[in-house]
Amino acid sequence: MTTVQTPVPADRPPRRESGVANVFSHGFLLLWAAMTILPLAWMLLSSLKSNGEIIADPWGLPEALRFDNWARAWTTAHIGRFFVNSLVVVAGSLSLTMLLGATAAYVFARYEFRGRQAVYYLFVGGMMFPVFLALVPLFFVVRSVGLLGTWPGLILVYTAYSLPFTVFFLTAFFRTLPTSVAEAAMIDGCGHFRLFFRVMLPMARPGLISVGIFNFLSHWNQFLLPQVLIPGDGPDRMLAQGLSSLAVSQGYAGDYAQLFAGLTIAVLPVLVVYVAFQRQIQAGLTAGQLK
Amino acid sequence: MRHGRYPLILSFLLPPLALYGIFVLSPYLQAFQISTTDWLGYSAQADQVGLANFRTLLHDGYVWNALRNNAILLAVVPVVTIALGLFFASMLTMGGRKGRAGVTGVRGTALYRLVYFFPQVLSVVIIALLWKEIYSPTSGLLNGALRAIGLTSTPAWLGDPRFAFWCVLAVMVWSNVGFYVVLFGAAMQAIPRDIYEAVLLDGASRATMLRKITIPLLWDTIQVAWIYLAIAALDGFILVQLMTNGGPNFSSDVIGLRMYDTSFGSENKFGYASAIGVAMFFLTLSVAVLALRTARRDRIEYS
Repeated sequence: MTTVQTPVPADRPPRRESGVANVFSHGFLLLWAAMTILPLAWMLLSSLKSNGEIIADPWGLPEALRFDNWARAWTTAHIGRFFVNSLVVVAGSLSLTMLLGATAAYVFARYEFRGRQAVYYLFVGGMMFPVFLALVPLFFVVRSVGLLGTWPGLILVYTAYSLPFTVFFLTAFFRTLPTSVAEAAMIDGCGHFRLFFRVMLPMARPGLISVGIFNFLSHWNQFLLPQVLIPGDGPDRMLAQGLSSLAVSQGYAGDYAQLFAGLTIAVLPVLVVYVAFQRQIQAGLTAGQLK
Repeated sequence: MRHGRYPLILSFLLPPLALYGIFVLSPYLQAFQISTTDWLGYSAQADQVGLANFRTLLHDGYVWNALRNNAILLAVVPVVTIALGLFFASMLTMGGRKGRAGVTGVRGTALYRLVYFFPQVLSVVIIALLWKEIYSPTSGLLNGALRAIGLTSTPAWLGDPRFAFWCVLAVMVWSNVGFYVVLFGAAMQAIPRDIYEAVLLDGASRATMLRKITIPLLWDTIQVAWIYLAIAALDGFILVQLMTNGGPNFSSDVIGLRMYDTSFGSENKFGYASAIGVAMFFLTLSVAVLALRTARRDRIEYS
């Protein structure tokens, strides 16, 4: 590509590198695609093999589809239970984050009051700090309010740590909404609360969806916070904790198939949701990092 | 308009503020205070020791070893990830040869994006556990492939101090690239087509185009990417803890794991762990500020 080009007449488009460049570029693109898909395909296939097959030939296909691995992971390793635990906690924390985040952002974006700037910056400043710094005191704060090892404790903490970003994102979003609609509703006798729930919140839907997807994934994928706040190996743990202890016990028992089955069970729903909503998810996540 | 404002402001603002104050703000403030004590474990006994923890930190070989690994992550992961991200994104947005000057994407762009992005929605825990199996000495995918092409003595990847850290680093890059392909792709799509067409007609090659047009126009996005990747490189905790737990022989240790082990792992030195946390805080802050300063350029706007 560094060779000297002879000038091309303006009426003839330059086509010099298209053929070669295309094979070349497609090669790299395909290679990376394979590197992304292969681990996941391998996980799925291994979850259907016997332990003997996994050890003897990592690249081999399963001789028979052993769905009993999945059953074993679901019940014996309690992956099903951990899965439901995670669902319940994330449903709680996501609803609370969206409600509190939207109300706070709305006030910051639409109302004048003394000290607004200062409170706003104090609030969104929480985005900047590494969660490691708060870890030790957080453990004792949660313990002192009697919520250590409980789901409500986890829900409140997830929410608290998601609020800075959620408020930051939604404040910017509420500011972009037209004032005229709000004013018209006020003239028609709409109260402040009604205005928010009936007019502003529905108008903010695209923003809510973006930040909601972002929060859902970050809550669902949490590992550090549950590890600290739901200590021990009880049945109330989150999916990520359950999977990591399954990985440890697999090491002792040599039950690889069960681990792969557990991982597959955890991945499949995410994969399905992702393929169905890929556009929104990609847009939501990239917007989340850019704003 | 003004009637009834305050009930709304108070009832909308106080609950989130209370939650934030209790679970975010107060722990952060307490952490600074705890870092100046010799608090051990779960006893109430904690004495003020001033900056003694920070002095110990300066002479703690394990901490320095972990920091060195974080520094390598910081130097390698953002560069490799951004380079791969830019390369694939430009292939996908303008690698095709359709049309006059070829500023369309290659065929199957949407499918590539779908596949590339997927690791981003997977939990890091799953990624760590899956790759741990891929690197497994006997039953792993990687050594399976090496044996298939005839190698007899295959490495123990995560069990080998020479490779363990780099194996984790590779997974970090693997899981991040797709996100930046999509991010850069979206930014590239916002660049007006006629700029490219004009440059191509002037006889520029694709490499020149990437260097002279795309990267300058994308600079804001690249800067954001750099900061996020730098912050991620200072963490790395989950991947390291689950894949190698810092081993073998501390070869893949990172500062986050050091802190976790000091507080909730093998020991309960809460005072000292908080001092490590404070150090991490200042490191993260300075990396972010540094990245912002070095990356500052004039903003280019096109309408």
